[in-house]
Amino acid sequence: MKKVFEAPKSLKDNLFHYCPGCGHSIIHRLVAEVIDELGIQERTIGVPPAGCAVLAYNYFDVDTGEAPHGRALAVATGIKRVLADHVVFTYQGDGDIAAIGTAESIHAANRGEKVTAIFVNNGTYGMTGGQMAPTTLPGMGSTTTPGGRDVVRDGAPLDLTQMLAEAKGSVFLERVSVATPKGIRKAKKAIKKAFQVQLDGLGFALVEVLSPCPTNWKMDPVAAYEWTDKEMTKIFPVKVIKDITGYDKD
Amino acid sequence: MGEAAVRAGCRYYFGYPITPQNEVPEYMSGRLLQVGGTFVQAESELASVNMVIGAAMAGARVMTSSSSPGVSLMQEGISYLAGLELPAVIANVVRGGPGLGNIAPAQSDYFQATRGGGHGDYRTIVLAPASCQELCDLTFKAFDLADKYRNPVMIMGDGMMGQMMEPVEFPELIDPADLPAKDWTITGAKDRPSRVILSLLLNPKVLEDHNFKLVRKYDAVTREETDWEEYMLEDARQVVVAYGTAARIAKGAIKRVREMGLKVGLLRPKTLWPFPDKPLKELTRVVRQLLVFEMSAGQMVEDVRLAVEGQAQVHLYGRPGGVIPTPDEVAHQISHYYYQAGLMDKDQPSGRLGGAA
Amino acid sequence: MTNKMIFAGFGGQGVLLMGFITALTAMRQGKNVTYLPAYGAEVRGGTANCTVVISDEEIASPVASNPDYVIVMNNPSLVRFANMVAPGGTLLINSSLVHGEIKRDDVTVVPVPLNELAHELGEDRSANVIMVGALAQATGVLSIEALKEALAETGLGKKPKVLELNRRALEVGANTARQALAKEKSA
Ligand SMILES: Cc1ncc(C[n+]2csc(CCOP(=O)(O)OP(=O)(O)O)c2C)c(N)n1
Ligand code: SF4
Ligand SMILES: [Mg+2]
Repeated sequence: MKKVFEAPKSLKDNLFHYCPGCGHSIIHRLVAEVIDELGIQERTIGVPPAGCAVLAYNYFDVDTGEAPHGRALAVATGIKRVLADHVVFTYQGDGDIAAIGTAESIHAANRGEKVTAIFVNNGTYGMTGGQMAPTTLPGMGSTTTPGGRDVVRDGAPLDLTQMLAEAKGSVFLERVSVATPKGIRKAKKAIKKAFQVQLDGLGFALVEVLSPCPTNWKMDPVAAYEWTDKEMTKIFPVKVIKDITGYDKD
Repeated sequence: MGEAAVRAGCRYYFGYPITPQNEVPEYMSGRLLQVGGTFVQAESELASVNMVIGAAMAGARVMTSSSSPGVSLMQEGISYLAGLELPAVIANVVRGGPGLGNIAPAQSDYFQATRGGGHGDYRTIVLAPASCQELCDLTFKAFDLADKYRNPVMIMGDGMMGQMMEPVEFPELIDPADLPAKDWTITGAKDRPSRVILSLLLNPKVLEDHNFKLVRKYDAVTREETDWEEYMLEDARQVVVAYGTAARIAKGAIKRVREMGLKVGLLRPKTLWPFPDKPLKELTRVVRQLLVFEMSAGQMVEDVRLAVEGQAQVHLYGRPGGVIPTPDEVAHQISHYYYQAGLMDKDQPSGRLGGAA
Repeated sequence: MTNKMIFAGFGGQGVLLMGFITALTAMRQGKNVTYLPAYGAEVRGGTANCTVVISDEEIASPVASNPDYVIVMNNPSLVRFANMVAPGGTLLINSSLVHGEIKRDDVTVVPVPLNELAHELGEDRSANVIMVGALAQATGVLSIEALKEALAETGLGKKPKVLELNRRALEVGANTARQALAKEKSA
C-alpha cells in the first residue's frame, strides 16, 4: 500500500504548540517538505526568530541557531559567509522582519546575500499578544490601536517585500497565501524556488506568506482563513513581486 | 504605573511590545488618547528611546517601558540621555536572561541598570519599588527626579510586580501646563538666541569639565536622594539585604524566623543607584552578619560588599533564571547562617529550621 | 490576622476570577490584600493558579509557601498543592472532579460537589461563585454582602436575575461548607 500522508523527514516528531488553525503549522510543513525534496537536510541551517515561531527548532530537524528579535538576516549573513556551500534560511514574522529588523532585511537584500527568507505575515504580533504589527490592516483591531489601526495616527501597512524589490541584490520575491488549498500549493512552489535560487548562488530570495492568526484576530479558524483570503490580499496582493532568476516560467 | 505616569504629567509614551510589560503600552495607548497625549508604537526599542530623546529635548515629560532584551537595545540612547542631560523615565520590567531567556520575574539587570549599560562616564537614577503602591509613588517621583536633575531615571520592576494587584491610592492628576517652564529646551529661537543640545565635545578639556559637572550632579543625587527601608532592625543580629520582589519574599521569611526567636531584620534599598551604602556601613557597628538575597546569580551583593568595607560577613542567596523562591526557602537560608554564626541565644529552645542549604 | 490562600485548577474554571473576587471583596472590607496570578508558560500548560493574601497588617510576602486555605478545582492541583497547606489549614475541594486521596490528617477537608450544586441551581457557570461562598464560610473574613457587591462590580451580575443567582450560589456554597465543617468537628 502506498502511504499517502507521511511526515516530512525534516520535521521532528513533536506536536506543534501553535494555536488551532495557525498558519505557522502549515508553513513549517511546507518548508520541511521542500528541504526533503531538494535533499538538503544535512546542509541546511535555520535561523528562527523571536515570535510565535521562536520554538521552530523543536520542529525543524536541521541545525538551527537563534537570533535576537529582528536580526535573523544579519545572523544568517554571518553563518552563510562562513559556510558558503550550506543552505541558510531565516523564518521571521512581520514584526521581526518589517519593524525591528527592517534595516537588516533591506541591507541583506541589497548585498544580495545568498540566503532564503521565509516571511510570515499574519498582520499582528502573535507572540506578545496581538499588538499592532507593521502589516496590520487599516481599521483592523489590535491591543495598541484603540478603535483599530488609524492610518493617520499609526501609519499605513508597510509592504516590505515591495520595498525589497528596489534593492539591487534581491533576485526572487513572491507573496503567497496559505488560506486555500490552491494557495498552499503555490506557496510550496514559491518556497522551493526561493531555496533553488540560493542553491544556484543567484542572490537574495524571499517568500512572504499571508498566514492566519485566529487567536489574536479573535476569529474562529474558518473565518480567519476566509479573512486572509478576502481581506489581506486586498492590501497585500498575492503575486510574484520580483523575479530576475531567468528560470523558465511555468 | 501607566496611570501614575499620566498623573505625573507624562503625555508622551513611545514603546515597543515585549512580554512581560505589554500591559503598559496597551494601557497607555488608550489612556493617553483620553487626556490628549500621544502614544506611538515604535518599530523597535532603538527607535523608542530615540523618540524619547526628541520629546525630552522639546521639553515634555516622556517615558518608555520595556523588558530586559529591549532595555539592552536602549543602552545607546540612555547614554545619550545622560550625556545630553535630558530628563526621561525608562521602566524595565526585568525578565530572566541572558539572551532571550524567559519571561519570569528576575533581578538580573542590576549591573546593567546601576553601572550604566551604555558607554561613557554616567549614572542613571534607579528606583526599585516593592509594592503596587510604591510602584505608583516611585513612578510619580521618577518624573520629578528626572526634571530636577535633568537625568534619565530608571524604574526596575519585574513580572511579579506587573501581575500582582494590590489596592493603590493615586496622586492628583497634574496638568503638564502647570509644571515649571524649562529654560534649556529647543522649542524654536523666537525672541531668544538659538540653543544647542549636544554631547559632542571634541575638546578634551571641555569634555572633562562636562564630565566633572555630571559628577557634581551625581554627588548631589547621592546626598539628597538615597532612599531605603528599614524593617525590624532595632534588635537584629543578622540583616537581610534585598530589594523589590525579593524584599517582599524576604519579609515573609523574616516574619517566620522571628516567630522562632531569631533576631533578623531587613534593609531594603529603594534606590539602587544611589546605593544606600552609608546606612549599611553604619549597621556594621552592631551587625556582623549580612545575607544578600536577590533573584540573580549575585549582582547587588558586590555593592553590599563595597559598602561594608570588610566590616561584616556578607553571604549570598542568589536565584537566577526567573525562579521565585518561597519565603520558606529564604527562611532556611537565614536560619542556616544565623546558627552557623552562633547568633542564637544560649537558652534558645528549638533547633534549626529544617535542614539548611 | 493574616489569611493566605491559593486557588488552583484548569485554565477555564475561572480560578483567577475567584481569587480576584476574593481579593476585591476583602479590599472593599478595608483589609490589606495582595492578588498574585501565576502566568506565562505555566498557564498555557492548562493549569492556572493564583495566591491571595488578606491581612489586617502590612502584607510581607505576596507569595505563600504554606497557605492557610487551598481551593482545589482539579486533580493535578491536588497533587501539586495538597502538601503545601499549613498544618491546621483547610483544603476546599471541588469533589465533583477531584477524587485523589488526601494523605494528611492535620488539615480540614471541605468537599464541595460544585458541578452537581451548580446544576441544581440551573446555571453550570455558577460553580466558582459557589466555591467562593464556601470559602467565605470557612474563613469567616468575607461577608456575603460584600461578595455580592464585588461580583456586581466585576460586571458579573449587574442584572437583577444574575444578582439573585449569585446570592443563591454564595449561600449554597456557604451552607455546604457549614455542614462539612460541622461534620468534621463531630467526627
Ligand atoms: C529586543 C526585543 N524586543 C521585543 C521582544 C518581544 N517580542 C518577541 S516576538 C515579538 C513580535 C512578534 O511578532 P511577529 O514577528 O509578527 O511574529 P508572530 O508572533 O506574529 O509570528 C516581540 C515584540 C524581543 N524578544 N526582543
Ligand atoms: S498566536 Fe497567532 S501566530 Fe501565534 S501560534 Fe497562535 S494563531 Fe499562530
Ligand atoms: Mg506576526
